[in-house]
Amino acid sequence: MKTKIHKFEQNGTYILLDVNSGAVHVIDRMIYDLMDTFDGANDEETVSRWGGIYGADEVREAVGELHELMELGELFAPDIDVPPTFQQTGLVKSLCLMVAQDCNLRCKYCFGDGGSYGGERAVMSEEVGRAAVDYIISHCGPRKHCEIDFFGGEPLLNLSTVKAVTEYVRQREQETGKIFKLTLTTNGMLLNEKNIRWLNDNHISLVLSLDGRREVHDRMRPDAGGHGTYDRVLKNFRALVESRGGQDYYLRGTYTKENMDFTKDVLDIHAQGFDILSVEPVVLKDSPLGFTEEDLPRIYEEYDRLTEAYLERHRAGKGFFFFHFNMDLSNGPCVAKRLAGCGAGHEYYAVAENGDLYPCHQFVGREKYKLGDVFTGVRNRELPQYFRESHVLNKELCSDCWARFFCSGGCHANADLFHGDIRKPYEVGCAIQKKRLECAILVQAVMALERMGDDKNEAVSS
Amino acid sequence: MKHIKTVNKPTMQASLKKGGCGECQASCQSACKTSCTVGNQVCESKK
Ligand code: SF4
Ligand code: SF4
Repeated sequence: MKTKIHKFEQNGTYILLDVNSGAVHVIDRMIYDLMDTFDGANDEETVSRWGGIYGADEVREAVGELHELMELGELFAPDIDVPPTFQQTGLVKSLCLMVAQDCNLRCKYCFGDGGSYGGERAVMSEEVGRAAVDYIISHCGPRKHCEIDFFGGEPLLNLSTVKAVTEYVRQREQETGKIFKLTLTTNGMLLNEKNIRWLNDNHISLVLSLDGRREVHDRMRPDAGGHGTYDRVLKNFRALVESRGGQDYYLRGTYTKENMDFTKDVLDIHAQGFDILSVEPVVLKDSPLGFTEEDLPRIYEEYDRLTEAYLERHRAGKGFFFFHFNMDLSNGPCVAKRLAGCGAGHEYYAVAENGDLYPCHQFVGREKYKLGDVFTGVRNRELPQYFRESHVLNKELCSDCWARFFCSGGCHANADLFHGDIRKPYEVGCAIQKKRLECAILVQAVMALERMGDDKNEAVSS
Repeated sequence: MKHIKTVNKPTMQASLKKGGCGECQASCQSACKTSCTVGNQVCESKK
């Protein structure tokens, strides 16, 4: 039988997640224990196992409550199979343009070899960029919303192509009725008043890279000459965020083995005036900066600390938006989306500087994953289908994982990096993902209880 | 209920029949990108 429930304790609160319905229940210690035994049809066994500790009448009452949940479809909900809404083949809705396979920084953990992706440093021509726009329009079917992400390397090294593509996108929107969301990921070095104005006027969302405290950032993100970049990028990010009224940006950082106390980095970023942020574990194989199983207890501890700090600030009216704690427990994505996951290789492709298509930006340069190019389209028919079918229900480890409908099967690129197989998730990544999800569910549960006008300790008396 | 407080009204089972419009944002969970996991998203058609 597939895992149907997940129970956990996070920051002193007990939580029961019903995996197949997505229902989240805040429970007391007794229910937490009972769920070791209760399977929906063994009331007497449960009473005799736990009656001695909690009292038979109490246990009966609690079992009664569990049956109420079952009747509502919020406990032991039926297994989810691939629904008909999950189309056999994907429609392309999103492209990542490697507008500059070149970079002005030398980040210690860069997977793209200083932006070059193992090849020559090069930039994308306007012609390739426009062909990519046409490609997405002719392959997105009836879908109205499309996305293009300007990526690199550092995309601002090739602003002329970014501008040409943007102009062409706006023209094609008029002609086709499609709506494009444009995003640009930048290290901030080249931002200036002029290009900030252009980015704002053209409604380009920005993803900004900052690793937290000055010493952490400077150590990990030096420029080509080996000098720290913190002061320079911070100044630019501030100017940028202010110029767009604190909207339409998202600041992200990477933590490594050298800053496992990353709560300090999160809080430092917030203290510098940024409200929309996240930090992420680095993924590196055989590197002193990367993580192994042994690091997990320390990382878990840090997420507990971050959760505490996050809630504290929220309660004091000084909250911020931490991407991974953001979760809409009631209006989350549909099952089809939860299966499609990141969409790499079937709904999402990366376009290399020369126009070659890959399943996603991380696969660029991994030759066996080359799918075709923007001029002649995807010539490899099998791989996109394989990616499409590599969803959570088809991965051995995922199909029985409690996090399957939140995580959607992890990152294919990482699975390929560690196991040479996109269907074998990278285990350390899974462990961190699951911890992060527990924290997010707790945060959302606590906030929901607050909205319900409850004190959680009162409501769930143990 | 005395021992249990349900904090959400989940729609996952219902979405087995109705979902799949695909209008929602792509969700790469890798560190270098938007680091957006599916679970962190909302349904675009319900916004
Ligand atoms: S990738 Fe890992 S955490 Fe995600 S669903 Fe699969 S097994 Fe679970
Ligand atoms: S395979 Fe990994 S890096 Fe690529 S789009 Fe998916 S989550 Fe992101």
